[in-house]
Amino acid sequence: MLYREAGQFKTSYTADQTVFPILQDRWCMAAIIAVAFSVPLFSSEYMLQAVLIPFLIYALAAIGLNLLTGYCGQLSLGTGAFMMVGGYMTYKLTTSFPEVNILIVFMLAGLCSAFVGLIFGIPSLRIKGFYLAVATLAAQFFLSWLFNKVGWFVNYSPSGSITAPPRELFGILVTGPRASAEVRYLMVLSIVVVMALAAKNLIRGRVGRSWMAIRDMDIAAEIIGIRPVQTKLLAFTISSFYCGVAGAMVVFLWLGSAETEAFDINQSFLVLFMVIIGGLGSILGSFLGAAFITVTPIILTNAPPMFGIHMAIDLQKHIEIMLFGSLIVFFLIVEPKGLARLWQITKEKLRLWPFPY
Amino acid sequence: MKIRTLILAGIAGATGLGAVAASSAMAAGDQFFPMLVYRTGPYAPSGIPVANGFRDYYTLLNKRDGGINGVKVTFEECETEYNTKLGVECYEKLKNGGSTGATMFNPYSTGITYQLIPKAAVDEVPILSMGYGRTAAADGRVFEWVFNFPTTYWSQASAFINYVGLQEGGMDKLKDLKIAHVYHNSAYGKEANPTLEALAAKYGFELTLLAVDHPGQEQKATWLQVRKKRPDWVFMSGWGVMNQVAIKEAAAINFKMDHFVGNWWSGSDADVVPAGKGSIGYKSATFHAPGDGYQVHKDIVKYVYDGDEAKAKGNNIGEVLYNRAVVNAMFGTEAVRTAMGKFGDKAMTGKQVRWGLENLDLTAARLKELGMEGFTLPVKVSCVDHETGGPIAIQQWDGAKWSVVSDWIPTNRAVVRPLVEKAAAAYAAENKITPRTCN
Repeated sequence: MLYREAGQFKTSYTADQTVFPILQDRWCMAAIIAVAFSVPLFSSEYMLQAVLIPFLIYALAAIGLNLLTGYCGQLSLGTGAFMMVGGYMTYKLTTSFPEVNILIVFMLAGLCSAFVGLIFGIPSLRIKGFYLAVATLAAQFFLSWLFNKVGWFVNYSPSGSITAPPRELFGILVTGPRASAEVRYLMVLSIVVVMALAAKNLIRGRVGRSWMAIRDMDIAAEIIGIRPVQTKLLAFTISSFYCGVAGAMVVFLWLGSAETEAFDINQSFLVLFMVIIGGLGSILGSFLGAAFITVTPIILTNAPPMFGIHMAIDLQKHIEIMLFGSLIVFFLIVEPKGLARLWQITKEKLRLWPFPY
Repeated sequence: MKIRTLILAGIAGATGLGAVAASSAMAAGDQFFPMLVYRTGPYAPSGIPVANGFRDYYTLLNKRDGGINGVKVTFEECETEYNTKLGVECYEKLKNGGSTGATMFNPYSTGITYQLIPKAAVDEVPILSMGYGRTAAADGRVFEWVFNFPTTYWSQASAFINYVGLQEGGMDKLKDLKIAHVYHNSAYGKEANPTLEALAAKYGFELTLLAVDHPGQEQKATWLQVRKKRPDWVFMSGWGVMNQVAIKEAAAINFKMDHFVGNWWSGSDADVVPAGKGSIGYKSATFHAPGDGYQVHKDIVKYVYDGDEAKAKGNNIGEVLYNRAVVNAMFGTEAVRTAMGKFGDKAMTGKQVRWGLENLDLTAARLKELGMEGFTLPVKVSCVDHETGGPIAIQQWDGAKWSVVSDWIPTNRAVVRPLVEKAAAAYAAENKITPRTCN
């Protein structure tokens, strides 16, 4: 009834090719972004710091991995490592050149990460699938060894951990302990919105289409004139750029300090699960998956006391882990293609509502 | 899937999320102690005795004395799984708990401590990282809100070298020795390295640094190197499963166990029991006595467990990490008492507790009143010195229990303090902190 595109005629190619061709989608998107930017007005610090900031950062990392795995079909377990490069290089760059704008530093750190991704993407030219996943594991172990071993990256701090120094943007403190949660949230949100829109556009263009061609059948793609070497390496580069910026935000806008353990193999798995649960090959899926993985445990932890149920903390944690596990299984049984596909089905049903056939 | 179900699920999720924002209310006028615990996950064997120790001591205060100077103690646990990110979430959740906010945080994880140090100054909540965390925090001029008395990793490493000197018959004998440091490859494990390097340069012993990657279940390569290098002494900074694996490996290569000394996180019951007979003779550092023979333990059995000793044993009473938590809880509550001496007998804010910590003067007489005579040593904190560099003792495992086998060994303040001040100054420069002056 409400969600129906009847009567929306496209009269130009531009109108036909917009990112969100349906009017309701455009409204919805504008409303979501408006609400997202006004959240700090009515939200507690805990909500911002412990729920929304990690959700957005993980969503960006999941977009990065989705570009590579969901769109280009290259399975990777190096996400944590690429995020680590982003985090550590931001620290190194901003302590070496304190006067450079922090946003530019984030982008430069993303480029460093992109370069590392390019190097570790080279095996993808010869191997595929699970074998490639194992090859990208090398990035995980090599890079955490490197940052632990070489003191130069951490300015020879004895413990090998990095701390975000205070940095300003337009005269407002955005990083460091005295930056307020509201400011950090808005900064994360702006970066994620811009980069998510960029990704959405990227996959609709020539680059995205050639990735999908490689994913669906690489030999056929090669025959129709797509060069696999450049295409695959570009996917690794851009994916690592996204992960690198996400890693920089983990250290500078969320945690405030980190050691290599914050980016261990579990991070790579976590982001991969977000992509799988959210939906391979979907930007929306990256957000849904990130929301599911980061927010569900927090809800489950906080729910029993809300309803006046007080139990031993370890029992509660074990129940939470079991519930979370069964939710994952439930959603994957209901829709193996992820939450994004569920939303798509809902949309189709909404078009027919209230007269389904 | 039906739309209705989906919408219902969505609504349920949103309600849950909204409810998170409102935190549970506490009774007014209570002194609220947040507890970051890890009763689950890979480090649970270490986390459970610690959590029980804190809980029992706070309960004891309420039941025996009716709180601190009549102000009731409340506490709330938050599970971190020893995971840094969950630790930060717990901190955000608990920092405004109780009527006056969180009294202080005892993170029991060096990783979480690193995260909280910058936040503590902003939120005005003191951190008591007793014998862990960032050693440089011992410089109270830079780290106003962080305390790590009675002693730190760096002081501990220097005391270990002093102990080796004592055993070998003089510090001048050190120059012919080879000493290896087996450490957890993380911020925590690496803490002792700069001190050991400085001491190696000073005394001329040959130092080998051997990293073990998290979690430390695989150490064959490390101990192969130990076998090749044949060090006279091995010092270990381990945690969790790494400790028991290291002790088993050391026993497997027939390393002399009484020359293998762990730091105070590598000397709990859970570390030595799995290695069976192989661990007999293994030593570790400590700053409090093991066992449950002190008055405070008798009080805990009497007041907390209603005289049920078996139940108390089931809750780890007398184990090394349990005792450490009791000492830690006592330091914290005594600091609150000190603050009350100045600000009056009501619930203290984080700011007042910070004053209490900084002016804490725990005398031997006071320890006796608390039933802890001989259990740990007196401590006097000051504005400049948040560490106090207290001495350590060496305890040894005899196959059934830990017992202290050395006198209190002094730390090497002359070497450690300049290193602390240098590291603190570097931190201050990087984070644009102007050190305060202490008069």
